[in-house]
Amino acid sequence: MTHAIELTNASKVYRRFAHRRQFATLKSALLSRSLVRDLRPDETFTALTNVTVSVPRGQTLGVIGRNGSGKSTMLKLVAGITKPTSGTVRVNGRISALIELGAGFHPEISGRENVFINGIMLGLTKREVAQRFDEIVEFAELQEFIDAPVKNYSSGMYMRLGFAVAIHVDPEVLLVDEVLAVGDEGFTHKCLDKFAEFKRRGKTILLVTHSLGMVERFCDEALWLDAGRIKGSGDPKRIVGAYLTDVEQREEHELAAGDAKARESASVAIVSPDEPASAVLPDMPIETATGPADMFRATEGRWGSREVEITQVTLVGPDGEAGHVFHSGDPMDVRIQMRAPLPVDDFVVGIGIFNAEGVCCYGTNTSIAELVAERLSGNAEATFSIASLDLVEGTYKLDVAVHKLDGYPYDYHRLLYTFRVKLRAKDVGIYRPRHEWRFAGDVTFKDARR
Amino acid sequence: MLHNLAQLPRYRGLIQSLVARELKARYRGSVLGFFWSFVNPLLLLLVYSIVFAYIMPARFTGGEEPKPFADAYPYGVFLFCGLLPWTWFASTLNESAGVLISGGNLIKKVLFPAEVLPIVTALANMVHFFFGLPILVLFLIYYGAPITFGELVWFPVIVLVQLILTMGLGLLVAALTVHFRDIRDILANVLTLWFFATPIIYPWQHAPDLGKWFLNLNPFTHLAISYQEVLFFRGPFGHWRWLLAMAVVSIGFFLFAYFVFDRLRDTFAEEV
Repeated sequence: MTHAIELTNASKVYRRFAHRRQFATLKSALLSRSLVRDLRPDETFTALTNVTVSVPRGQTLGVIGRNGSGKSTMLKLVAGITKPTSGTVRVNGRISALIELGAGFHPEISGRENVFINGIMLGLTKREVAQRFDEIVEFAELQEFIDAPVKNYSSGMYMRLGFAVAIHVDPEVLLVDEVLAVGDEGFTHKCLDKFAEFKRRGKTILLVTHSLGMVERFCDEALWLDAGRIKGSGDPKRIVGAYLTDVEQREEHELAAGDAKARESASVAIVSPDEPASAVLPDMPIETATGPADMFRATEGRWGSREVEITQVTLVGPDGEAGHVFHSGDPMDVRIQMRAPLPVDDFVVGIGIFNAEGVCCYGTNTSIAELVAERLSGNAEATFSIASLDLVEGTYKLDVAVHKLDGYPYDYHRLLYTFRVKLRAKDVGIYRPRHEWRFAGDVTFKDARR
Repeated sequence: MLHNLAQLPRYRGLIQSLVARELKARYRGSVLGFFWSFVNPLLLLLVYSIVFAYIMPARFTGGEEPKPFADAYPYGVFLFCGLLPWTWFASTLNESAGVLISGGNLIKKVLFPAEVLPIVTALANMVHFFFGLPILVLFLIYYGAPITFGELVWFPVIVLVQLILTMGLGLLVAALTVHFRDIRDILANVLTLWFFATPIIYPWQHAPDLGKWFLNLNPFTHLAISYQEVLFFRGPFGHWRWLLAMAVVSIGFFLFAYFVFDRLRDTFAEEV
């Protein structure tokens, strides 16, 4: 079996010119007689490092990875748009690259003329374009507008036409870079059908995408790039799983860092927690927004008299480990560490869950739960245990507070804790009840994931 | 390099359709549309004729100069013989300076032979030059210019030499401008200087001796003189030796320019 795409130890180093370089001119290059030397970079950025991949003919390879991991660079190498700095790239067969749709469309002339020119640019002859013209226009769903200048097209029409031309080039190797977001659902399905047809006809496809579901469903193999290196390759399900785990871990770190920062800035404006709490008994709660200029964080803050202090809040997942990323439906414990320097008997512990839009998803406190406070002294811990985190995917924030029954705040932490709920299904709304679909009568479905 | 150069004929379909697109797109949306291709040179001719016939009358009274074909020296027509090809030359270079940058989308996102872009620019401007020719011919006929078949045979040769020279310079300018954007600004001024350093608004014979020596170093001098001799001046085409020498120089220069372009090719996708 021959390989359609072969990369051997391919590396790509981009030049990254320092500031000085931008002001270097022809004059200086000529004066120092170093035209060639001056074109040498001051700094370099390695986009790909020793990537070795081979895709057998007729296979579909999905490339996944975070932004900036080198996916598009790899695609450009395969497309021949840029050359590898070292290593080799070999491609057997005619390539069509769906990288930038409609690149080279001229806005002033009609869609019809652009189809011809674009087709010729992509390697067809005039006659071949003429043969496929009707098919292209039909695929793009632009029959009525094909004679209008392209500048009057909407961006969707523009992309659709670009996609239609590129896909009708009839390549042996198709390179796709995240281009399926070009139309409505119907058009996306048409594109997927077209890809499936390509697959059936034994064409090789290299697919760069963030749509992991597509990789799982559609690709024979997956390649995971991270910071320009191959981090894994093989069975799509396994690679996607590993990638997701990695993404969660990263998010975990980011959320933890973000929370720490928010708390830090919230406590700057308030009195030192080491002072006896009884010494500070303000009439008004000290409101501490972290800075009015920062609109997104303006509502976060911490205030209160500190007669009772919340010293730590941890979110604990089903594995018993503290974390910030949870799966929908998992149990989650909110552990609230408190400290009361002097014993208090009038206190309520409360909690609120907000989604990213600031909508309160749920809120409760010990008083609502009909628990009457009796005594809190020294160090104590309260755990709010959620049996099942039935929320849709998204980022959520927590309010945690200890206050008097009449609302007088001891320590109010406003939106200082962030956690993320992960879910592969893209349900909408906030609440995600546990559910399943059942059917009776003459109705059948097929699982799309199969 | 030679391998890439040999590929060039394969792109003729592409070049052809891009030139056609360039021409179509240029006047799309204007009222006169394609007529501008004729009106533009006419207006240009009018402006220069008024300036040099009435505002700053050009006085040519040298004894050595070849005799114009009519007693009344139709200065405007003389001027036009050099101006029309110059317009082709100058606008090609001006447009070439930006052609890779404005076509950046193609170079970065599509596997596209970059040299096609400056070549298309040169050819599209050549077509405009052709559109201007009927105007020139009308004037030549009106003044009863003595064009003979023997002279006219040289005309395509001159055009070809100019095309090769223009494409060569266009390639060089296009490739270098990607790295040195300053060229765009420098170029406009260089072209103005170049225009006056070429016997277009004055006959070569009117230059002082030292000036003549310098003028001979200017490749466009020989093209301008050739056009003028073939179309305007009476008598046989005496400049052909220079023209043939220019042909050799132009081909050599084109190869050199293509070499530079080819060497820089891989940097375009990253720099534009």
